[in-house]
Amino acid sequence: MTENNAPARSAIDLLNDGEDINFKRPSQVKEILRRLKKNKGAMIGLFLLIFIILVVILADVIATYEVGVVQIPDNRLAHMSAEHPLGCDSYGRDVLSRLVHGARNSLLVAVAASISSCLFGCTLGAIAGYFGGKVDMLIMRALDIFMSIPDLLFTMVVVAALGSSIPVLIIAMTLAYFTNYVRLVRSGVLNLVDQEYVEAARAGGSSSARIIISHIIPNTLGIILVNVTLNVSSLVIYQSTLSFIGLSLPAPAPEWGSMLASARVDMLRAPLLVLFPALAIILTAFSVNLLGDGLRDAMDPRLRN
Amino acid sequence: MTEQRTPLLETVDLKKYFKVGDKSFLHAVDGINMKVYAGETVGVVGESGCGKSTLGRTILRLIEPTSGQILYNGDDITKYNPRQMKKMRQELQIIFQDPYASLDPRKSVVEIIAEYMIINKTLPTKREIYNRAARLMDVVGLARRYATAYPHELDGGRRQRIGIARALSVNPKFIVCDEPVSALDVSIQAQILNLLMDLQDDMNLTYMFVTHDLSVVKHISDNIMVMYLGQCLEFASSDELFEKPIHPYTQALLSAIPEPDIAMRNKEIKVIKGEVVSPIDPKPGCRFAARCEHCHERCLQEAPVLKEIEPGHMVACHLCDK
Repeated sequence: MTENNAPARSAIDLLNDGEDINFKRPSQVKEILRRLKKNKGAMIGLFLLIFIILVVILADVIATYEVGVVQIPDNRLAHMSAEHPLGCDSYGRDVLSRLVHGARNSLLVAVAASISSCLFGCTLGAIAGYFGGKVDMLIMRALDIFMSIPDLLFTMVVVAALGSSIPVLIIAMTLAYFTNYVRLVRSGVLNLVDQEYVEAARAGGSSSARIIISHIIPNTLGIILVNVTLNVSSLVIYQSTLSFIGLSLPAPAPEWGSMLASARVDMLRAPLLVLFPALAIILTAFSVNLLGDGLRDAMDPRLRN
Repeated sequence: MTEQRTPLLETVDLKKYFKVGDKSFLHAVDGINMKVYAGETVGVVGESGCGKSTLGRTILRLIEPTSGQILYNGDDITKYNPRQMKKMRQELQIIFQDPYASLDPRKSVVEIIAEYMIINKTLPTKREIYNRAARLMDVVGLARRYATAYPHELDGGRRQRIGIARALSVNPKFIVCDEPVSALDVSIQAQILNLLMDLQDDMNLTYMFVTHDLSVVKHISDNIMVMYLGQCLEFASSDELFEKPIHPYTQALLSAIPEPDIAMRNKEIKVIKGEVVSPIDPKPGCRFAARCEHCHERCLQEAPVLKEIEPGHMVACHLCDK
């Protein structure tokens, strides 16, 4: 096989050669994982995230739910002890237990809302950017209306109309957060549709849906991933805003945002009460950011070392 | 020449106007009639912005024509529905100018080559598709060790080979080569041109070769079409055109080819004066009139029609009527 000379055998002969080369396509997933493994930051993020997920799964093993909900007046603002490793809050509820069980509520809503807002927003943005013209006009003007209503007001309307529950919260937060994705992805797509490789895909008979899925989304993935990682943490905070005005899960249910909000009252007497839920939120955001950054780099073959 | 056989591809009064502003139209392709016979290469030459790339893309319906017909084996493909068109895309392919922009930076070489086969399900299993992709790499002279490389790791010539392999993957009959070598080094240009010509012999391909480089077009074409502002000014066989150019524009173009010969250094070059007139709503009359040294009154009023001066040699110029 000489590289730069014309093939010695005719092209037809070469193509019709029946020999099975047993050529194996390199797996994209394996390649990405291999590159991800080299990235120390991403691996730290991944392990932290696995740890958090384990806590969510094993919540009942680590601490019972009741201890986190039942109020014991004698234990008000109790210090750390063997029985209550992180102490108790102003109602005499075990902080560790609330933190562990709160992880379920907080993370479920935050992660589900970031995924659904991402999917929803990216789809709309891709459609608007790819098809352009009237479709673009329609989607973008509708989006302007959405964005002109304050997020909080909008969420309040949705929660007030449908009642407060986990699915409703996810829907309400999705609607508050999807707008960013539409604008991001639309501008990314506008840059890409004029690229010759998109035209090449059309010349090969590719459908619009296929072009969006196999060329445009992978090439805009970088900016999408960064946005998702930023959103997970801000959604945890947003949920705490909601519980602060009483729109999140009903009162005794543990949740990081509401823990933070109620600890505020006793901040001078028991500063650690603020620290623990805040640490939990920071740790989650930190691990998601690290992993997201690593994934973005691992998915871009141009950055590989 | 037996004119009885059907051309593989024929355009009939093909037009593509782009809307600019409210009521103006940019006449990118303005009434092109051309015939390409199987196994031949038609070179399309003209300066930047004369609509030659648009013509190539319009023929493949990557850009929808404004009016006119595109006949493939006598069948008008402008009337095809998306499903018929998808099938037709396996017959009509394109090799792009910029070998970097035309390859998705996130896909490995073998994935890019296999893409068209996967879209069209030309082979039943993925394994066969990737086997064929690997063989295509042999055909275009790309070492198989590059199969898992990404486009940015390869040089321009190798990238262009990927583009050629991708176009060949669906067994096309007609390939539009849209300035396939203009982005490459001169030494690599020759390699790619030789590869294209070898492939044409081996696979009985038909090319429409779009370029602004006259020495390239002479090397590869059977027939040459000279375009100016969306119209065909002269069409002739390659030898005929270089020996007896008739249209003043063609004459000027040919005299401007650099001669790699010191004895020819004092050769007189016909310099074309002035600028290309705007392709937006062009005035009636000959479009080259403003720059033509032979321009007379009739040229400004009446557009010349493409006429056959000698068998196979067509010119659109009023001078030929005298």
